[in-house]
Amino acid sequence: MSFLDKLGFTKLKDGLTKTKNDLFGKVNRLINAKKKIDDEFLAELEEIFLTSDMGINTSEILIDNIKERAKQNKYETEEELNTLIQEEIKKIFSDTTSEFRTFDFGIKNKPYVIMVVGVNGVGKTTSIGKLAYNFRKAGKSVLIGSADTFRAAANEQLEIWAKRAQVDIIQNPGTKDPASVAFDTVKAAISRNVDVVIIDTAGRLHNKSHLMEELKKINRVIKKVLPDAPDEVFIVIDATTGQNGLNQVQEFMNALGRITGIILTKLDGTAKGGIVLKISKELRIPVRFIGVGEQIDDLQLFESEEFIKALFEK
Amino acid sequence: MFEDLTNKFESVLKKIRGQGKITEKNIEESLREVRRILFDADVNYKVVSKFINDVKVKSLGQNVLNSITPGHLVVKIINDELISLMGSEKSDVKFSNSIPSVIMLVGLQGSGKTTLSAKIAGFLKSKGRSPVLAACDIYRPAAIEQLKVLGKEINIPVFSAENEKNAVKIAEQAADYARKNAKDTLIIDTAGRLAIDEVMMNEVSALKKAMNPAEIIFVVDSMTGQDAVNTAKTFHDKLDFDSIALTKLDGDTKGGAALSIRAVVDKPIKFVSVGEKLDALEQFFPDRMASRILGMGDIVSLVEKAQENFDLSESEKLEEKLRKNKFDFNDFLDQLKQVKKMGSISNLVSMIPGASSALKDKEIDEKVFTKLEAIILSMTPLERETPNVLNGMRRRRIANGSGTSIQEVNKLIKQFDDMKKMMRSFSHGKLRNLMKGLNLPPGMAKGLKLN
Repeated sequence: MSFLDKLGFTKLKDGLTKTKNDLFGKVNRLINAKKKIDDEFLAELEEIFLTSDMGINTSEILIDNIKERAKQNKYETEEELNTLIQEEIKKIFSDTTSEFRTFDFGIKNKPYVIMVVGVNGVGKTTSIGKLAYNFRKAGKSVLIGSADTFRAAANEQLEIWAKRAQVDIIQNPGTKDPASVAFDTVKAAISRNVDVVIIDTAGRLHNKSHLMEELKKINRVIKKVLPDAPDEVFIVIDATTGQNGLNQVQEFMNALGRITGIILTKLDGTAKGGIVLKISKELRIPVRFIGVGEQIDDLQLFESEEFIKALFEK
Repeated sequence: MFEDLTNKFESVLKKIRGQGKITEKNIEESLREVRRILFDADVNYKVVSKFINDVKVKSLGQNVLNSITPGHLVVKIINDELISLMGSEKSDVKFSNSIPSVIMLVGLQGSGKTTLSAKIAGFLKSKGRSPVLAACDIYRPAAIEQLKVLGKEINIPVFSAENEKNAVKIAEQAADYARKNAKDTLIIDTAGRLAIDEVMMNEVSALKKAMNPAEIIFVVDSMTGQDAVNTAKTFHDKLDFDSIALTKLDGDTKGGAALSIRAVVDKPIKFVSVGEKLDALEQFFPDRMASRILGMGDIVSLVEKAQENFDLSESEKLEEKLRKNKFDFNDFLDQLKQVKKMGSISNLVSMIPGASSALKDKEIDEKVFTKLEAIILSMTPLERETPNVLNGMRRRRIANGSGTSIQEVNKLIKQFDDMKKMMRSFSHGKLRNLMKGLNLPPGMAKGLKLN
């Protein structure tokens, strides 16, 4: 049974799981054929690791650790070797310190402000729609701020998602100043006594300093209203992203001081999203949610064990 | 745009360049580094493996006798392999004779199709075509609105049918609109779709069947990792697309996905998108991209020049002489002539990466070789063949005869001796280090940075 079946992703298209081959199945076959970790086995493991986009450094470290562990703790069966490999990968993931682990968590200081950032085309707006929907379903009032004042029709797109999620939205189609929209949204959230604020920002390439300055300004302006806000800064990473994903997170972190979590999108495709392993290893940032489709309920809490299993699927 | 990859390659190749000769061992070592670089650059696993193997086989099999230094030869091999991976020449958008000629953009969600559609429309307009954009992404919220806004910005009509839920029908109506309004080019923006989404892939097949596009462009985000090949292959199997467009190359990604895709589908990269502005579109030049990846300036032309001009049989004769320790000033003179055949020094220097900027303010003395030649030509046949007869008197005579100073003559003789000594130490090697051994005048050797 595949990872996606276990999670019960009903929205997945038929045939999707067929294209996914269990990586551990592969490992099992490998072990059955070999009964031991040899160079060939390690070469195949390396291929699995590298094609997941975890990067050559992460892969080398993992393989070294796995070799070392296999030497120390003698494994008897393939299950034991599987477990050993999974445990080593799991070690890389960092955990969140945030109270917000599920959507029905108790909010101490209202409003709980979430800012969502990322490069172009990763799925920020869609993820915000899904987040808002989940919060509302958990009984929380939500206000979305449309601070992508750059991309053509970004406002309209977010408005449609707000409608689908049945939450309110603050927008100012006339302005080119995203910070002012963020300001207005947080102000409005306070006066309306809203539980959760989600600020959408324009997609921007992390190496464009003027756009990163704009983002800093949004952050500063939010703090003018609520000094401790934003409570969360989520970066959205497309599962198809290659090694550049690390630069993305690093630069957004540099600009904003911190990133509190990753939303990993488009995991319903064939890409593994292994780049989050590299990011977790280098920057210790937890993955919080995964996006698995275009429907409003296609957002799941991230579970490292399930992710690791899927990593080994084809 | 490919600076990172470029820088890394440079440091690896410096190592090879410093070693002088290609051995199984140093090529393995260096290629391991190259392999890391390619993985860091998101080149696909299988493509990397094949690439490394090809380069290795070619490097070891190569007759390195005539190379300036073997390192450069490896660079050339890597460069040639990169170019052949990316396609060897640039190509233009295809048009059909029917009105309108149809261009269709396809790809994953978020790859940048809508923005690129508008950019291509603007580009073609500037080339004298009259395009119309068709908004066939009926799924993503506000995608149609987005295309309309972009069309307005560049003053190109956008055809949409708000209540139509069939992409094929919208495209057909857009073609009618184009014919009625004397528009010769129809650019279809399609919805982003996963390659494994059968329903959506069937829709785009239907679009192809109905519209018979002269050009289907597969749009790919240049930040894509290993999965790029899977997606490209599936789209290609389904649509047999005509070309590839790379978007978001103004980021700091290394863009190895471009190499990977080119390696699995034999279609050219026609467009490169490099910014948020609607004119931030470039055509793709594979050769430029390859030398940019290698960061080698025009070292390739330099190596080619050297290969053209270094005579194989001459080199073999020289090698024989070296082995017998019979290298003399006549041979030195031959070598000088061969180097001179390659062209002016400043021209050669300009082909060496970094050298031209390092030497920007310095006058390059084109006469260096002429002077050396004059000194040797002022020697008697005996002096040229047995240089150890060159005493003070003879040296003074040579200086007078060649119009140089006695110091210059002394310097040349010293250089010759050093060179001989060095060459002897390579008696088991071949002529790989010839250029290094030339021991060019200090300023120039520094500038040339051949080692």
